[in-house]
Amino acid sequence: MSGFFDIPSDLQNTYFGLIGLHLREALIPVLAGLLVSLPIAQLCVRFRWLYPPVLGVTTILYAIPSLAFFVVLIDYTGQTETTVMIPLAVYSLVVLVPAIVDGVRSVPAATLAAATAMGLSPVRRYFQVQLPIAVPAIIAGLRVATVSSISLVSVGMLIGNQGALGNLLNDANIYHRPELAVNSVVTTAVLAILADALLVLVRRVLTPWMPKESTR
Amino acid sequence: MNVLNFIHAFFSDSSHWHGYDGIPTRVWEHIQYSLKALAYAALIGLPIGLITGHYGRGGNTLALIATAGRALPSFGLLVLMFIWLGFGMLPVMIPLVILAVPPILVTTYEAMRSVDPSPVDAARGMGMPESRVLFQVELPVALPLILSGLRSAAIQIVSTATIAAYVSLGGLGRYIIDGLYQKNYEKVVGGATLVAAMALATLGIFWVVQRLTVSPGVRGG
Repeated sequence: MSGFFDIPSDLQNTYFGLIGLHLREALIPVLAGLLVSLPIAQLCVRFRWLYPPVLGVTTILYAIPSLAFFVVLIDYTGQTETTVMIPLAVYSLVVLVPAIVDGVRSVPAATLAAATAMGLSPVRRYFQVQLPIAVPAIIAGLRVATVSSISLVSVGMLIGNQGALGNLLNDANIYHRPELAVNSVVTTAVLAILADALLVLVRRVLTPWMPKESTR
Repeated sequence: MNVLNFIHAFFSDSSHWHGYDGIPTRVWEHIQYSLKALAYAALIGLPIGLITGHYGRGGNTLALIATAGRALPSFGLLVLMFIWLGFGMLPVMIPLVILAVPPILVTTYEAMRSVDPSPVDAARGMGMPESRVLFQVELPVALPLILSGLRSAAIQIVSTATIAAYVSLGGLGRYIIDGLYQKNYEKVVGGATLVAAMALATLGIFWVVQRLTVSPGVRGG
């Protein structure tokens, strides 16, 4: 395994530089997706008829293959990181919107009534009662979105080496150094698993009232 | 609209409709890859999910396996398998199956766990053997959820099978990869439209299957 961490100079990055780049390209979209899906989900909870069409549209967007999405966007945003991040943000909506809607809906009516009776305004009720109770469901969605986002960034390699760790795959091919491909796959998988574990930890911190044993 | 013009130009060019690089050939290749991968994934995921769900054990192990499966990057795995195993179907099937097993496995397990325990107890009380409890009581009730797991696996396979073209195989990804290198965006957009249409068709097929196989009593509830 000599040269495992010997990154070819054409990538103009160190190993840790690639990891940082990868995380940035994977996590910003999920964060953006979360910020967009919170209001969308709230609208879907408020107006029930809105949920099926929203679900339909996000499912259709999810059906567009990432590679095609990237290439079509090149026309507008060029061969840049933005082109990789936009589709990833769109994909995260498919997972996050249903997760948040289900989470917020699972809040018992009695709890909501109690909050209203205590004089909480709808805004405060949302932030102090509904969102905290929905945290486990939201984190469950975030875990799936984050892991798949981290693994999808690699495809960005095809549009002008915008795939961070995925760029190693191309170099593995052109320099006949398979260990670079192993490095890419293993590092990406480890990043995804670490991010997943971190989110589990975040959920434990945010929901101290939940039983500890459920690791899923 | 730029994209719509591309779509129109791609589909109205009659040379795109026949030959080895024609739309029918590529669609058929894509269907074959997808069906094969889905079949393998279902063969692995369904029995394990059904049995672990029936006995209610191993949920944490399954969740671990599913996380590991999701964490492995499909595209990276494809390139790696291509380097290790060389040209062929196997380097494509491995990442697609690994992609599809987690949703099938986890949803099947969850579906079996979420079956109301009282009819299951009643069936046991009536003297049904475990296999009949599994297939005649739990499976029909769990079917809608199980199908939804298969559906999301199928859609992910259809949209990911495009990467097969990167390792010199066919399928609809051919148009996207070739178009990218030839700077022929008409081809790229055409290929992407076809894949999206196939994914929608998959949604439709699963809707029909669900209508046909799920018992009206379960559907109503």
